[in-house]
Amino acid sequence: MKNKNLYNYILGIADNSLILGQRLGSLTGHGPSLETDIACTNMSLDLFGQVRSYYQYAAKIAGDNRTEDDIAMLRKEREYVNVLLVEQPNTDFAYTMARQFLFDVYHLLFLQELQKSKDLTLSAIANKSIKEVSYHLRFSSDWIRRLGDGTAVSHQKMQDAMDGLWTYTDELFHQTEADKIMVAEGIGVDVTALKEAYYKKVNAVLEESTLQIPESKWFQKGGKQGVHTEHLGYLLAELQYMQRAYPNMEW
Amino acid sequence: MSEEQIKNLETQFEARIARDEKIEPKDWMPEKYRKTHIRQMSQHAHSEIVGMLPEGNWITRAPSLRRKVALLAKVQDEAGHGLYLYSACETLGVSREELYEQLHSGKAKYSSIFNYPTVTWADMGAVGWLVDGAAIINQVPLCNTSYGPYARAMVRVCKEESFHQRQGYEIMIKLANGTPEQKELAQDALNRWWWPSLMMLGPTDAESIHTEQSMKWKLKRKSNDDLRQQFIDQTVPQAELIGLTIPDADLKWNEERQSYDFGEINWDEFWQVVKGHGPCNKERMKARVGAWEEGEWVRDAAMAYAEKKRNRKEKLAI
Repeated sequence: MKNKNLYNYILGIADNSLILGQRLGSLTGHGPSLETDIACTNMSLDLFGQVRSYYQYAAKIAGDNRTEDDIAMLRKEREYVNVLLVEQPNTDFAYTMARQFLFDVYHLLFLQELQKSKDLTLSAIANKSIKEVSYHLRFSSDWIRRLGDGTAVSHQKMQDAMDGLWTYTDELFHQTEADKIMVAEGIGVDVTALKEAYYKKVNAVLEESTLQIPESKWFQKGGKQGVHTEHLGYLLAELQYMQRAYPNMEW
Repeated sequence: MSEEQIKNLETQFEARIARDEKIEPKDWMPEKYRKTHIRQMSQHAHSEIVGMLPEGNWITRAPSLRRKVALLAKVQDEAGHGLYLYSACETLGVSREELYEQLHSGKAKYSSIFNYPTVTWADMGAVGWLVDGAAIINQVPLCNTSYGPYARAMVRVCKEESFHQRQGYEIMIKLANGTPEQKELAQDALNRWWWPSLMMLGPTDAESIHTEQSMKWKLKRKSNDDLRQQFIDQTVPQAELIGLTIPDADLKWNEERQSYDFGEINWDEFWQVVKGHGPCNKERMKARVGAWEEGEWVRDAAMAYAEKKRNRKEKLAI
């Protein structure tokens, strides 16, 4: 492959949306209300829409016969490079919203920078996605506030979710080799530079929601290198089922 | 109000419907009209919501990203239909919570077809093609029903259902033109969904208890048997076109009637499922009740937060 770094860089962006979209999609029909059900399905749809744009572009760069579906569904578990945060399970609605919020804040900051990329395709995808992700962030922030500052039960559940997921936030700002090269070429986003704005925004919403900012200084990492939590394998088993059980067919 | 006055209002009311005027939420209406509409619209809303489950079952396993996105959008549409049908019910003075309660307690019914399992991907094709196909036949006449909010909701519902039906058929086309294994998946799905789809159009006219009154109020414009015939006549050529076989040995074109004759429907199976003993009745209810109960603390929190916000605003205003 001629442009292996760009290819890997795109996967690093798109895999996050793929895995989070898959997590949200499994909730369809089971939400706490019709409105939240529709909203979560909608976010899942947005994320998969983005995924398709990224993978179609990646497939073009690869230049062999691989398709967006090959990239999405036919890699092995160590080849997915999403951050650990997005693969965490839908433990309850507090976890689902906390995960969403902790990712959305990052996602929006990231896209705002990606929009300035020298790579016109990535810039265009970012430009389109910003509108969607701004809505995701509004939705998830509202739910952090409602649950954090709602009842004693919801407050505790949201606090537990934040405490549980906090350890996965730092990885968002780790640079991979592909990242570094792409930043140097003016294509990629320097994620290390987003960290300050990220925690500022996150902390502000948490405070407003009467939540404690988790104090843990210990963080988990590995997703960007393909070393995942045990949750990912099961998610992939479902995601890949049809492509594995019925190989080389069109659907 | 005296009996005579009521009689008078009723006569005027029936005359308005006969003139094809729409009845709106604030208009006077007979209690029976209100109740019948709540029953039918909520049954329809419940069917949309329960109907999300068998298809939602394949979202995480859809075979391609394109199919996954289409399926997500479809199931989301169903949630949307549920939402505006519940809203239409609310215009008649019943809350969504009350209607949920009726669904969860088993008092309210939903379409029995959703008590069948979706066991392979091909079922996403068959459900779209046959179940949504049958639903459209049932629902298109309702775009002209007498109750305004219902009629307007149905215009949108039917547009989306018609898209779903084509989407389902397209899945079947792809399978039928695919590998032998894919074609087998398609035929198997048709075999399993054909008869339940015919049953979906309701019991035979002789057994249908609501037909006459519903016809008068334009809640129903054709009998169940007529609708079923229409569905069969429309669907058989579609199956033939893609080389699939309708699983009915007695199916035959009747030149004289210009319609298909078809085999006997197993009404015992229909009543078994309606009465709660289909393959998935218990699972479907468990999923709905589970989502509702597990969501209670979330809804409580939203209410408490809204209340706090309101109080803060009021304090600021003082």
